[in-house]
Amino acid sequence: MFAYIVRRLLYAIPILIGVNLLTFALFFVVNSPDDMAASQLGEKYVTPEAIENWKRKNGYDKPLFVNADAAGIDSLTETIFFQKSVRLFAFDFGRSESGRDITTDVATRMWPSLAVALPTFLVGIGVNICVALMVVLFHATRLDRWAVALFVGLMSISYLFYIIGGQYLVAKTWRLVPISGFSAAAEPWKFLVLPVLVGVIAGIGAGARWYRTLFLEEAYQDYVRTARAKGCSEMRILFRHVLPNALIPILTGVVVVIPSLFMGSLLIESFFGIPGLGSYMLDAIRSQDFAIVRSMVFIGSILYILGLILTDVSYTWADPRVRLN
Amino acid sequence: MSKFATSLLLLLLPWLTACGEKPWNNPHPPGSAGENVYQTMMASTPPKHLDPAISYAADESVFLMQIYDPPMAYHFLKRPYELIPGSLAAFPLIEVLDSNGQVLPAGADEIAFTRYTLTLRDDLRYQPHPAFALNAQGEPLYLFESAAEGAAYRQLPDFPETDSRLVLASDYAYAIRRLADPEIGSPMLALMGQYIVGMQELTETLKSAPRQGWLDLAAYELRGVEVLDEHQLSITINGTYPQFVYWLAMHFFSPIPPEADRFYHNPGFLERNLTLDWWPVGSGPYMMTVNDPNSAIVLERNPNYREDYFPTEGAPGDRERGFLADAGERLPMIDKAVFTMEKGLLSLWTKFLQGYYDRSGETRGNTGGFFDQAFVVSPDGLEMSPEIADKGIAMTPDVKPGTYYYGFNMRDPVLGGYTEERRKLRRALQIAFNTEEYLNVFYKGNAIVGHMPIPPGIPGFVEGESGINPYTHEWIDGEARRRSTEEARQLLAEAGYPNGRDKETGEPLRIYMDVQSQAISKAQMTWIERNFDAIGVQVEFRASDWNRTREKYLTGNTQIFSLGWLADYPDPENFLFLLYGPESPLECDCDGANNANYNRPEYNALFRQVKVMPPGPERDAVVAQMVDLYREDAVWLYNFYPLDVYLNHAWVYNSKRHGISKGTLKYLRLDPSQREQSQRAWNQPEAWPMYAGAALFVGLLLPGVISYRRRLYATAKEG
Amino acid sequence: MLPVVLWSDALVFLLVASLTLFFMRLRRYPLNRQRWAQVFGSRLGMLTFTVISVYVAIALLDSLHFRKALAPVPGQPADTVYYDNRVTSVLDVMLVGMGDRFERTYSAPFALKSFEKQNMKDAAGNSIRDFPPLDHAGTHLDSPEDRAADILWRSVKALLLGLVITALWLAPQWLLLRASPFPWWVSWLTQAATICLFTWIVSLSRVYHILGTETAGADVLYQSLKGVRTAVLLGTLSTLIMLPIAVTLGVAAGYFKGWVDDVVQYLYTTLSSIPGILLIAASVLLFQVYIDLNPDFFSVGLEKADARFIALCLILGLTSWSSLCRLIRAETLKISQLGYVQAAHAFGVSHTRILGRHILPNVVHIILITFVLDFSAMVLAEAVLSYVGVGIDHQMGSWGNMINSARAELSREPTIWWTLTGAFTFMFVLVLAANLFSDLVRDAFDPRSTSKEIAA
Repeated sequence: MFAYIVRRLLYAIPILIGVNLLTFALFFVVNSPDDMAASQLGEKYVTPEAIENWKRKNGYDKPLFVNADAAGIDSLTETIFFQKSVRLFAFDFGRSESGRDITTDVATRMWPSLAVALPTFLVGIGVNICVALMVVLFHATRLDRWAVALFVGLMSISYLFYIIGGQYLVAKTWRLVPISGFSAAAEPWKFLVLPVLVGVIAGIGAGARWYRTLFLEEAYQDYVRTARAKGCSEMRILFRHVLPNALIPILTGVVVVIPSLFMGSLLIESFFGIPGLGSYMLDAIRSQDFAIVRSMVFIGSILYILGLILTDVSYTWADPRVRLN
Repeated sequence: MSKFATSLLLLLLPWLTACGEKPWNNPHPPGSAGENVYQTMMASTPPKHLDPAISYAADESVFLMQIYDPPMAYHFLKRPYELIPGSLAAFPLIEVLDSNGQVLPAGADEIAFTRYTLTLRDDLRYQPHPAFALNAQGEPLYLFESAAEGAAYRQLPDFPETDSRLVLASDYAYAIRRLADPEIGSPMLALMGQYIVGMQELTETLKSAPRQGWLDLAAYELRGVEVLDEHQLSITINGTYPQFVYWLAMHFFSPIPPEADRFYHNPGFLERNLTLDWWPVGSGPYMMTVNDPNSAIVLERNPNYREDYFPTEGAPGDRERGFLADAGERLPMIDKAVFTMEKGLLSLWTKFLQGYYDRSGETRGNTGGFFDQAFVVSPDGLEMSPEIADKGIAMTPDVKPGTYYYGFNMRDPVLGGYTEERRKLRRALQIAFNTEEYLNVFYKGNAIVGHMPIPPGIPGFVEGESGINPYTHEWIDGEARRRSTEEARQLLAEAGYPNGRDKETGEPLRIYMDVQSQAISKAQMTWIERNFDAIGVQVEFRASDWNRTREKYLTGNTQIFSLGWLADYPDPENFLFLLYGPESPLECDCDGANNANYNRPEYNALFRQVKVMPPGPERDAVVAQMVDLYREDAVWLYNFYPLDVYLNHAWVYNSKRHGISKGTLKYLRLDPSQREQSQRAWNQPEAWPMYAGAALFVGLLLPGVISYRRRLYATAKEG
Repeated sequence: MLPVVLWSDALVFLLVASLTLFFMRLRRYPLNRQRWAQVFGSRLGMLTFTVISVYVAIALLDSLHFRKALAPVPGQPADTVYYDNRVTSVLDVMLVGMGDRFERTYSAPFALKSFEKQNMKDAAGNSIRDFPPLDHAGTHLDSPEDRAADILWRSVKALLLGLVITALWLAPQWLLLRASPFPWWVSWLTQAATICLFTWIVSLSRVYHILGTETAGADVLYQSLKGVRTAVLLGTLSTLIMLPIAVTLGVAAGYFKGWVDDVVQYLYTTLSSIPGILLIAASVLLFQVYIDLNPDFFSVGLEKADARFIALCLILGLTSWSSLCRLIRAETLKISQLGYVQAAHAFGVSHTRILGRHILPNVVHIILITFVLDFSAMVLAEAVLSYVGVGIDHQMGSWGNMINSARAELSREPTIWWTLTGAFTFMFVLVLAANLFSDLVRDAFDPRSTSKEIAA
């Protein structure tokens, strides 16, 4: 298994290089170094010297991919691409265009993201599975059909409405919790209740429906019929037989997102003012801060690949028949 | 049935217990409402730069101007704006010199230099800061050889030892040298390089200076800045520049202790954002104790702040409005100010209405869609719905020394040019654009229609009948009234476009507006289209992002362009230069501000005169001539002056908006007990939805459980 | 009148044509007929299909664009005609100027007075500040109290007219389809309801703003209706762009294996590992720059907005093909192991033939399910993208932009709720119908779910 993980990690390198190339190409067509300098320096008294100075200070005074002036290997290394992306592999993200150290920012912003995303994720899974199991109990009855219709209805509501609605009702009209904000020190739960609630409710439709399908697929297998014939209670069948067997498909869908929880949620964070990585990304897109976007893309890709590996590993745990090699 | 009774009881519970309860939705730490702590919000983008040499944004000045103490300052209450000494003991001594550096008598002609001699107060001390901490040998305590040594310190508050010292004249000189350092990249470099003697040379020298960690700038010569003794220095500038003294009221010229600069150049500090750009060191009324750009910035009272008192006189009417109640009181008046990051409009306004923010408008004075959705300003003041009118929210507006405008490109083949026909064409468009209505709809009345490039509060601005633009407005019944659409049509016909169609070919007149896509909404575009449609003119918008727009402006590739200008100081010169011919990007081949490419020799000559004239009626007369030229040529489609607004709760005192200076936090006073009461009264939670939610959950679960049991039972019976 | 064919117009009509052709061909396979019969045999299938068709119809009507000719003026050469630079669509004509009746600023649904006060002169010539009456709402009323009765009376008239039109519209359908085994009556009921609603809207909107007006006084209902085209086109075009890429690469990887498989896997792993929103944002900005740098390509503003819209569809398509590609690859792998494909290989049947005869027809159901599923996902994504700031151009109506501006309006007291409601309702109905329909399609076409239903 160790060898497998090492191989998968090595396989990640070309992917990350590809990711870097793509983001680079995209962003430099959009934003030439001169543009970046101009937008970072503000609107007043921007002289060509100031722009040159900014480019030199931030390392954008080299050619993009190939340096024709340099000889040998230097023609590839003395470029913006090499200088800016190779350091990413050492997790040295450098400084944002406005001069902040990105590694520090990421390290501090990660935790608020996790503080929201993890409870949302766990509570969400719990609620979805419970709801799905309940619905499965009533499969092929009227209750089941209405529940499915309700799920589809919940799925059809835009995420924005859940957030706006939650803020408007719970925080503005009923004054139950602060409408936005985050505090690590004093009463953090106060700020987390609403984002987690909104996240969970917004996820019920799609989540519960998906689990229902998974459980139903298992619920009509022969072994379930056998168990029922033996006289097992429905509850026992569900929890002892159906749930463990549905674990593999559940893991496929669930484990892959666990590492990405660190990235947080773009919308939730920006609406609720949570200083996490999601709002960090949004701000970076809006201010076209290339250094941050590049780093976040890189981190996102790593977490995604990590998720894939974790999924594979979790299979061996859930199903002893699976071997990784 | 018993379950139903329980849930009914649960539903009633909140009403039995609710009254007088502590609010559940307080976003601030418990118990903080009763403290002398000012709670406000900051703009959705945190400050990028807090280095006084680099920062050049209003959002950042809000912090810098509390922390730093520039030589000059503005009087808090008086209008028009009045300069007063800040950290200086008196106004600077101004002498004119000839080319040999000899002092000339007043009124002399051959002025080569002007010398400003600044005398400091002797009670200026820096805030406590680790950079000043010394060890037993009298050497700086926190000076490290390697990054590993200082690795334990991640934030500024991590340093246990702090100290302070007197502010010296050499610190001001050091700050000016920093402006010249190309490595720092101050926006002042280009402008001040022209004026301060020897600054350009210093910049050249510093370009090739060896840089290993900290560079002691004091070792490099700057000819124009001379430290006379501990409390005196002189600054010499080329020629005359009467507006220079205004620059002394900006944070660029506030003192910087070299120790702090050296401290921040410790190895490894940059990587942890321990920089002067992030942790300012000043001698102003407040110091920064928390700088978490993601959530909050906290300023606390600087214990070493100089003696400073609330002004005893103000503008007419200030006494009646209670602005002089604290006259003679020692400043600052509040202990701490918390600026919380707030991104969503709904949450921002909700928290303000719930009383959790004391005042709004600290950054981005509410205009430009920040949250001006929430209220309307009528000519009589703030207009609020009855639901929130009794909360005692008050508003103080002040005109920003700036203007937003849409200008014509005077070089455009269709709309540009100086012939009478083209002037009429532009005037027709000016009349058709109903600025009054535009401001009511999109700025909720938070702005003033412009009749000239100079905003109110600045010398040269004329109010009333004589101040209107006679080409677009008439004075009727004591107010300026926009000329009618018929007149616009008439002018259009005279210009060769009857009903908006070319009189030769019948081709419809189509005008192009170059706008920045983020700065305009669809609603605004359709509104503008409708306005011009009334005189038969078609509009086409060419929206693009700021970089692209800027490119178009620099190459003169526009027809009608949109821009805004915020002045640095209250002087007409800072506005009139927007129309000065040589300032056109096409003339100077630079980032010039005259994007209209207006170039009229008479105007240019008058501008050169105004630039060096001392303030007074003579200068105002020349300014009036220039304004007349501007009106005659109809250079801008429209312009308006945005209002900066503070909205404050009843427990906030001395909340008078200052259009230019941001350093007004020290005057603010709070009544924390009133705040605590109001917060409690306004935020009683409505708990029934919680119980209703629980009841709903049980209600959904119950039939499920019941029918499941029934089903289970049925199977067993049959099987 | 000068017809204007925007790129998106051309594409959407092309799409409709090819879809029709596709379904005609599919009808030839008995298995497919049976599956579609399952979808349309259910009342829900009929209902949702009709609702989606209504949206598509609105979108198509709104895609027939033209520019009005300006009246000639004296002096103009006889052979030249000049056109208005505003682009009108057939839908605008059908709505009888609903989009041209502007107020000053906000007004509530069915309101007679503006939402905001204004300085006015009263009868005596004194300056007062009050809510001014609206220019295009209830001007025919003698007194404000008559409003309820007037609305009722107009509604009754409109409904009667609607019923007449319904009768005319449904009669040929009834004649054609009365013997059909499908529950057409559900569709007819829905059509009747839609027609009645439409006549009601058109007749009432002439004297009232049914959903109020927004900041600049434009009719909210009109804006919501204009959002239909954007949503429908975005949902269909982006999927259409993605399909060929996903199918080609997926089938190639699954069938040829070896290095082709490696490359395709590498491509989609790389693409799907990038956080989607960042990729989309970067690409949208890229296209924006291209459009800004080439302003001469577009003669009217709408064309520029349209170019950006197409770019958005393209980007959404290009960034979302990986999941479909993965599914198709897996399915192809499975099929190519099957006995009959192996046999075909053994007989020396060419690759093209095997792909065309055996592989492609067997992955069609995946394509179909993805097409319907992705449609609603794209519609929802548009709102989020607009919030991030990389959505639809302001010049085109879009629900995302409406929601975005409505966020600020919610903070007003009293709340301005109608913009949000308009966008929400239109969006919800479309997405719900599409989701329900896609469920049915999946049940009918997914071999696994069919077996499941049989087992049940």
